Amino acid sequence: MRRLAGLAALALLLLAGCAKPARNDLYVLLPGADGKTGALSVESDGKQAVLDQPYAAARVKAPGQVEPGVVTEQEARQAFGPALAAQPGRPTSFILYFLEARDELTPDSRQLLSRVVDEIGQRPAPEIVVIGHTDRVGPVPYNDTLSLRRAERVRDELVKVGIAADRIRVEGRGEREPLVPTPDEVAEPRNRRVEISVR
Amino acid sequence: MARLIVGLAAAVVVTAMVPAPLPAQAQEAGHVKLTRGLVEIERAGQKALAAIGAAVQAGDVVTTGADGSVGITFLDNSLLSAGPNSVLAIDRFAFDSTTHQGSFESSLRKGTLAVVSGKLAKQSPEAMKVKTPAAVLGVRGTEFLVRTGDPKD
Repeated sequence: MRRLAGLAALALLLLAGCAKPARNDLYVLLPGADGKTGALSVESDGKQAVLDQPYAAARVKAPGQVEPGVVTEQEARQAFGPALAAQPGRPTSFILYFLEARDELTPDSRQLLSRVVDEIGQRPAPEIVVIGHTDRVGPVPYNDTLSLRRAERVRDELVKVGIAADRIRVEGRGEREPLVPTPDEVAEPRNRRVEISVR
Repeated sequence: MARLIVGLAAAVVVTAMVPAPLPAQAQEAGHVKLTRGLVEIERAGQKALAAIGAAVQAGDVVTTGADGSVGITFLDNSLLSAGPNSVLAIDRFAFDSTTHQGSFESSLRKGTLAVVSGKLAKQSPEAMKVKTPAAVLGVRGTEFLVRTGDPKD
């Protein structure tokens, strides 16, 4: 009888030893490009791990088995090389400023425009969003029109140097979204702007 | 002339009363920016090769071959890129570009995935989820990596 129990125990041990992990899941938190690291929660069958340090990792070998740990940067690069290499370029944005009550760029912003063009030229299938804004001088409907005119002016400049018009979306937000909040009817050069998002 | 005006007015009223068409289930969610090797997008049961610039919609399943990888930029600036032998389903994508609200759910059925979250995850920690067959990932404004599959994969 004792021998039987021993055999059963041995069989259990063997089974446990042979039981291959059902899964090979690995979840890794990376440091953010802006220097800030976010957080990632990994939940499997009611078990949870929260990753909030650079290269914190969780392995899941079967549902409900969440093993927290750490990987090195090199291990992460090795395990995820092709996926990391396929990452699209980070979206970026520019702000160009305008002369008061006009759709004319300031001289400084006019110079910046060529950098915007370079940035767009480097991207595959670029998407560009141009959003115009105004300061709070003048009535709201007037500023709605002015903001859209500013955005369209920038689009026209981009099209002039060969960027396809159908890649550019324009919007005017009027005086609703000031960069620098002011009371109504206050002139503020930093609010006379377009924001160009490139991705 | 009066009849014409009445007719026009009626047409305007009727037009105004017709409810705006519901947003189609398959809305544009992002665009393919980079491909290597074999990359396909499956939509409504049809598989097509994914070209650079191709639109990705909610409901699409993106697959890569043994030599394949793909990078997709989404409308909220999330970046998802998958390595070889991967199956990535875009389950749900909604993004309001003014309020930055909406939701983004995707499933990596197998393979590897690198993620940089965008405006949705920044606006709300509940907005972005990535699922695998074994786990659900909650995203709080972050960059991360996902590998899922059998050990033999």
